[in-house]
Amino acid sequence: MIGKLLRQPWVFSFGAAIAVWLATIAYTGGQGAGAILTAAFSFATFTIIVGLGQMMVITTGPGNVDLSIPATITLSGVVAMKVMDEDSGRMLIGIVAALGAASLVGVFNYGLIRLLRIPPIIATLSSSFLVLSTAISYGRGIRIKPPEPLAEFATMQILGIPIMAFAVLAVSIGMALVLSRTVYGRSVLAVGQNSRAAWLAGLNVDRTRFLTYVLSAILAGVCGILLSGFSRGAALNMGEEFLLASIATVVIGGTSVAGGRANVPGIWGAALFMYLLVTMLNTFGASAGIRLILTGLMIIGVIVAAGGEEQR
Amino acid sequence: MNRRFLRQALPFLTLAVVLAATFYVQPRTMSYFGLNLMLQYAVPIALATIAQMFIITVNDLDLSIGPFVGLVSCIGATLLLDNPLLGILALLVLIAAYGAVGALIHIRNLPSIVVTLGLSFVWLGIAVLILPSPGGKAPVWLKALMGVQTPWVPFPIIAAIVIGVVVHLALMLSSYGVIARGAGGNPKALTRAGWSMLRTKVVMYMLAGFFGVLSGLALLGLTTSGDAHVADRYTLYSIAGVILGGGEFIGGRVSPLGAVVGALTLALAGSFLIFLKISPDWQIGAQGAILIIVLALRALVSYGEQKR
Repeated sequence: MIGKLLRQPWVFSFGAAIAVWLATIAYTGGQGAGAILTAAFSFATFTIIVGLGQMMVITTGPGNVDLSIPATITLSGVVAMKVMDEDSGRMLIGIVAALGAASLVGVFNYGLIRLLRIPPIIATLSSSFLVLSTAISYGRGIRIKPPEPLAEFATMQILGIPIMAFAVLAVSIGMALVLSRTVYGRSVLAVGQNSRAAWLAGLNVDRTRFLTYVLSAILAGVCGILLSGFSRGAALNMGEEFLLASIATVVIGGTSVAGGRANVPGIWGAALFMYLLVTMLNTFGASAGIRLILTGLMIIGVIVAAGGEEQR
Repeated sequence: MNRRFLRQALPFLTLAVVLAATFYVQPRTMSYFGLNLMLQYAVPIALATIAQMFIITVNDLDLSIGPFVGLVSCIGATLLLDNPLLGILALLVLIAAYGAVGALIHIRNLPSIVVTLGLSFVWLGIAVLILPSPGGKAPVWLKALMGVQTPWVPFPIIAAIVIGVVVHLALMLSSYGVIARGAGGNPKALTRAGWSMLRTKVVMYMLAGFFGVLSGLALLGLTTSGDAHVADRYTLYSIAGVILGGGEFIGGRVSPLGAVVGALTLALAGSFLIFLKISPDWQIGAQGAILIIVLALRALVSYGEQKR
């Protein structure tokens, strides 16, 4: 039983998160243990949302990755704030507009990949430049506050756990069910394992990948809306940190980089681990340089400990 | 028309078009000093692109080359200036570290994207420890080298040609180069033929580290002071440069001359967009558009190639 549990790919990330948390509260003598967790759940939810999208994209096979997530977060945040214009009555239309813009990015990404046969890394990178320019030009010098209900939703807590974490938990469970129980989810796994075999078996490989890129863009859009509610407005660099974070959480969480194997719980463990790690190093009073070095070594350490793929 | 030839010629045609467009928009650049000014930063970008190309040759990807170049510039502006022997030693250690990372990735069969992602934090951290804020001074000889005034043809162009030709000879025409590219093309066949994949990967990673060091030093010679963040964009530039130059992510299909030309194109596109006087909002977007257009052309050419 324990042996079987230890072989689960997500155990590493949760173990690492707990170890880092324990080390932090051991240093503070138990002080702020709860507050640290509350903060971790707040900040980790944003990473988890985009991590889920990135996970689906990476699972559709080697070479598939979405580098346009940061730009899409920014675009969606800017569109949402501008359309809502601090008016809570316009919240719904703002959300629709932001998610619409985000899904267009997904459609454009896959258009480049499929029609122009550009490798996904370069395709999503080039489109992210265009998207970022659009966001900069559209949101020129804006500093619009989010409508009150949105800000409240993004910051509300129940028993020290942000309400957003519950919502994202529901989304994650939904995603796990989609992966294991729906035709689309099984197609994603099959295409990732061997796209030619999937095609020969009669699956619609193109449609599966198309939906996945759009899904990833929409999740980035959700993250953009919530993030601008949480941090009281959209900023042009608000998506920046999520490029590395989304990829790192997916892989540390035990999803196969070669595709075909996804892991939803691992995303949670990895996102919490990454946030708690920075908190721990801050608590220890490490300088910026030391903090960066240890963060890097920890990422490498976890991936080495979790082991690579078997040769295929 | 021979499609394969067209495909190989495409990077050069792209460069010619961007160059012609720049001359048209701003005729004053059509001079020794104009070219020197526009292309000087192409030298470090070209070196970083070559570094990335060695990694891509063995089917990996290096997301840490940008911060690595920044770290080298920091070491160059401090340690190498104050104590040349120690500075050179530090740079050699960095190259050895690259080799060790290659070995680790191969032995544990790890995804290179994640390992180099973690590594990018490590490089940045060390650089910040050495130089918390931009500063230091470039060694005099580096400044002199990068500012050298060659007769007739500007130095950046000569440097780019030398870099491209030397690496082309080594990787495309030598027998070891064939093995290195074979490591990306068909690792299993290579292992069965009795070659060590481990050794090949370590050599390629160390070459990448070596060219990363050259890139950092070249950049330091131009900026004259060290900065941990000076080359953050180089990671993306180097990947885009390799692909623009006709390289592919898998299968050991790369082109050193193409990579250098791709780097020149990227550097030139930046100046071109400034001369066009388009709104700064759209500068970065225009760069994305150029990338897409070039790759669309290539798709068109390759599509014909496959149909035959």
